[in-house]
Amino acid sequence: MAQRIPTRLGDGSLVEMARAEIEADLHAGSEAAVKRAKVEPLAQDELDHLLDIFTSPAKFTSVDYGDEVVLGFDGSGNADLAAPVIEQIVYQNHHGADMIELWHHDYSYKAVRTVLSFQTQLLKDAQLQTVVPLNYGAMPDLGRYSQPDGPAPNWSELMPLGKIAEARAAQEEAAVQAERDMWCVAEAMVAAGADGLDFDTAGASGDADLLATLNVTRKIRETWPDIGVEIGQAAELVLGMHGELEFDGGRLAGQWPLGQLRAVTAAGATIFGPAVNVNTTKSLAWNTARACALVKPVTAEATIPVHMNAGMGVGGVPMTPYPPSDATSRASKALVDILKLDGL
Amino acid sequence: MASTHALASGMGGMRTAGDLVARMQMTRGMRLPQAKQYVADKLGCSVLDLSDTVAMHDIRRDLGLGRIQVQDLTYADKPGAMEAKFHIAEVLDIPINSVERFKRNAGLA
Repeated sequence: MAQRIPTRLGDGSLVEMARAEIEADLHAGSEAAVKRAKVEPLAQDELDHLLDIFTSPAKFTSVDYGDEVVLGFDGSGNADLAAPVIEQIVYQNHHGADMIELWHHDYSYKAVRTVLSFQTQLLKDAQLQTVVPLNYGAMPDLGRYSQPDGPAPNWSELMPLGKIAEARAAQEEAAVQAERDMWCVAEAMVAAGADGLDFDTAGASGDADLLATLNVTRKIRETWPDIGVEIGQAAELVLGMHGELEFDGGRLAGQWPLGQLRAVTAAGATIFGPAVNVNTTKSLAWNTARACALVKPVTAEATIPVHMNAGMGVGGVPMTPYPPSDATSRASKALVDILKLDGL
Repeated sequence: MASTHALASGMGGMRTAGDLVARMQMTRGMRLPQAKQYVADKLGCSVLDLSDTVAMHDIRRDLGLGRIQVQDLTYADKPGAMEAKFHIAEVLDIPINSVERFKRNAGLA
């Protein structure tokens, strides 16, 4: 009987698989990416390397000497200390963060705008106590601008009624307002001393969400050439909630990570964060191979740093509140080794 | 999870030169090999030194780039956070927004 190797599913549960089963999942994960995104499959030597990582009996693994990457933490801290500035110091001093990020519990630029003066004061205080570069981050969060939470008609209610033109107009109205809020926060944070802005889970509400982010990024780049802008995606595919929106002549709906990179780079961002969601019923090997195949064209073409999202439920890290270190370290090493990432 | 990534693949933050490499990515959009080489050249060390806590402790001390106090080791008479960022801006030859704001607000600019 073949030796059973402890590994994980996407929900974090511990399972045992034979080496041949893990190998088959690596091929299947790569092929799943090929089928959906029309990318090249992982090469045999890359699959072999992943097989070594996922069949190792070690509980923990790491990259080789010299292959270390920059770690930026979207939303540094867990809010458990109830002291946002202290959270930043903890991540700097105790978690080895190369970049940190101040954030608000209601992680949305629309919400932040209502408490902006307090957030800017926190950022200024944090800058006086930290050395590593400090972003301010939140979500573009376009859905907040639809009724009943926001002013624009609710496009998710209009579309099932067949009111497509009205749904599109509502998203365009919301995008203008989201862009205005993000710009307002950016201006205040730069004035308070931020090193950069992070637009996290861009595109979560679809192509209009991403368009607003790209527009404000371009404005930031034109206004402050030295301020960092990180755009982290919400998922591997931009949903076409509108369907017709373009940035620099390129349609945003349906863009996979490579298309997202091109738009983000054109807008003037300095860091791109691709996101690949985890399938909780598939193995860690399947999920990581799929993520690698989807993002490999990105790092091959990128002219700006690529910091892949590798938190709970993305980038092969299991979807669980306490991602096990055996699984997280394997995903971490696999992504860095195969993709030649610039950061996580 | 944060600590796992830090141990598995991270440069090491302020214990090493991770924050300095990160600044070149954020501010100049440099990809990792280019950013590491740039920082190593500015510090006068090897790329491998950038992720070495022992090498970087001494380099950060000599250049005043800030260090993390550890248990009974304190650096009260050495550069603190904002002071260290003044040195980082000079060594890396980049503007740091909080430093520029500090200078302006303190009447140093």
